[in-house]
Amino acid sequence: MIDAHRPGVVPGFVLRPPTGSYHALNPSTKLVLAFAEAAVAFGVRGWTGPLVVIAIVIATATAARVGRSLVPFALAVIPLVASILLVNTFLFPGATDVIARIGPLAPTWTGLEAALQATLRVAAFALSVAVFALTTPTDDLLADLERRGLGRRGVFVIGAAIGMIPRMVERASEITDSQRARGLDTEGSRWRRIRGVVPLAAPMIIGALSEVEERTMALEARAFSAPGRRTILRPLPDSAWQRIVRWVAGLGAIILVAASVAGLLPVP
Amino acid sequence: MRDARYAYAGTSRQVLAGVDLDVEAGRVVAVVGPNEAGKSTLCLVAAGLAPIAIGGRLEGSVLLAGDETAGLAAYQAAQRCGILFQNPATQLSGTTSTVWEEIAFGPRNLGLDIGAIVERVEGAMATLDIAGLADRDPQRLSGGQAQLVALASVLALRPSLLVLDEPTSQLDPAGTRLVGDALGRFAADNGTAVLLVEHKTGLVARIADEVAVLVGGRIVEHGPTAEILRDPALAEHGVDPPPAVRIERAVAAAGRSGDLAGLDLAALEVDPIAGAPRPTGAPLPTGARA
Repeated sequence: MIDAHRPGVVPGFVLRPPTGSYHALNPSTKLVLAFAEAAVAFGVRGWTGPLVVIAIVIATATAARVGRSLVPFALAVIPLVASILLVNTFLFPGATDVIARIGPLAPTWTGLEAALQATLRVAAFALSVAVFALTTPTDDLLADLERRGLGRRGVFVIGAAIGMIPRMVERASEITDSQRARGLDTEGSRWRRIRGVVPLAAPMIIGALSEVEERTMALEARAFSAPGRRTILRPLPDSAWQRIVRWVAGLGAIILVAASVAGLLPVP
Repeated sequence: MRDARYAYAGTSRQVLAGVDLDVEAGRVVAVVGPNEAGKSTLCLVAAGLAPIAIGGRLEGSVLLAGDETAGLAAYQAAQRCGILFQNPATQLSGTTSTVWEEIAFGPRNLGLDIGAIVERVEGAMATLDIAGLADRDPQRLSGGQAQLVALASVLALRPSLLVLDEPTSQLDPAGTRLVGDALGRFAADNGTAVLLVEHKTGLVARIADEVAVLVGGRIVEHGPTAEILRDPALAEHGVDPPPAVRIERAVAAAGRSGDLAGLDLAALEVDPIAGAPRPTGAPLPTGARA
C-alpha cells in the first residue's frame, strides 16, 4: 500500500495504481482492442459483428468493474439511435415490404432491419470507446504514445485539447452571464438565441487566441522545448503477450472486415 | 542588462530604449511605471523569452547567470530564469490531474530522474507552503492558489533569477494576500534574485529592496525602496505611491504631525479587502481613519 504523503517518493495519488487486471493493461493494448472492436462493429456485415463486439465489451466492462459506468455512455447515443431508427425504418430507399401504412408513412421490414443493425453498430462502437475511456487515464495514454514516438508537442496538443473542454464550457457560462448582464437575450425565441451566439462566440474565440501567446511563453518558461525524452512518472508496464495480443487483434480485425466486404464471411 | 533595447517583430518602435539594470542574488528589485512603459516587455527580455521565444530585435546585452540570452535556447533560459505572468490560468499546462504533477511538469521536460523530480517538487511546495494542495486538481484552484502553483512549477526548475510580471493583478483581494505573503516569505528566505513588476506599490513596499521607475522604455529613477516610493516625482511618472505615503502626505498637508513621521513603510500593511492601510503595531495619528 502506498503512503500518499511519504516524502522522497512519488505520492500514491500520482502513481494511481490500477484497480484491476484490465486497468493494468498497457494503454496501447487497450487502445488497439478498442479500435479492433470498433472496426469489427462497423466493418463486418450483418448482425454477428456488432453483437459479438457488444458481448465482448459487456464482458470486459463487467470484469473491469465499470459496467454501471457504461450507462451514461449508452444513454448519450439515444438521440442518434432514435434518428437512425426513424430515418431507416420510414425512409429506406427501395424497400417495398411495408409493415403497415400510417397515413403517408410506410415503415418497411427492410428499413427496420437496417435500422436495428445500424443501432447495434453505434452501440458497439460507443461502448467499446467507453470501456477504453473508463479504464485508461488520459495521462497514461499520452505518456505511452510519447514513449512510442509521438512527439512531445503532439502529445501536449491532444492532452491540452481534452483538458480544455470543461474549461471552455465554464468560460462559455461566464461569458453568457456577463453578456446577459449587458442585455443579451438568451431565453427568447430560437432565432433570438441563435443571434445570441455571436456575442458569445466572439469573446470566447478572441479570448482563447489572445491566451495562446502567453500559454506558449509559459510552456517555454518550463523547458517544454528541452531536447530528449520527458521523464515518465508512472510505470507503464508492457509484456510480450500484450504485444502479441495487439498484433492479433489489429490484424484479426483487418482480416475479418476484408473477408466480410469480399463476401467470404459466412455469418448472419 | 546593459543598454538593452528591444522592438517586437514587425515593428520598428523600440519598446525598451536602453535599459541598464542589475538584479543581484538575494535582492528583490521592483519595477514600477505607468501603462505602456514597457514593463511586461522588460520581463520578457530579462527572462530571455524575448527574442528567443517570441522573436523581435534585441540590442545591447542581457546576461542570465553570466550568459548572454541571445545565445541560449529557451529551455536553457528557463533553467536560469523563471517567469510568472499575470493570468494564472494560462500558466498551468492543462494536462495534469494533480498539483504535484503540475509542479513536476518542468523537471519532467528536462528528463531528470524520478528522485531529482521528487526532491524539486517537494522543495518548491515547501518554499511556498502549498504541500496541502498537492493532490488537488489544478483546474479547481482559486486564482491565488493557481498562481502559487504556477510559481512553484517555475521554482522547481531552480532558477537563479525570478521575474514576476504583475503576479497579483488578476487576483481578488484574498488571492493577492495569499500570493503577496508567499512572495514576502520567499524573498526573505531565498538567495534567488527577484525582478518584480507591480502596480501595487503597497506590495512593493513590503517586499522590494530596490525600486526602478520605468517610463517610455527607460529607467528614470532607481534606488532604495523607501527613498523612491517617497519621492514626490513618483506621481509625475504616473505611479501611485503606497497608501502609507499617501496618508503621510495627507496628514502632513492637514497640518498634523506625530507618529506617522517615523512610520516604517514596510510595517504598514495594506488591507486589500478594506482598501485601506492597517497599521501593525504603530499607533494611528489623531483623527486619521484606518
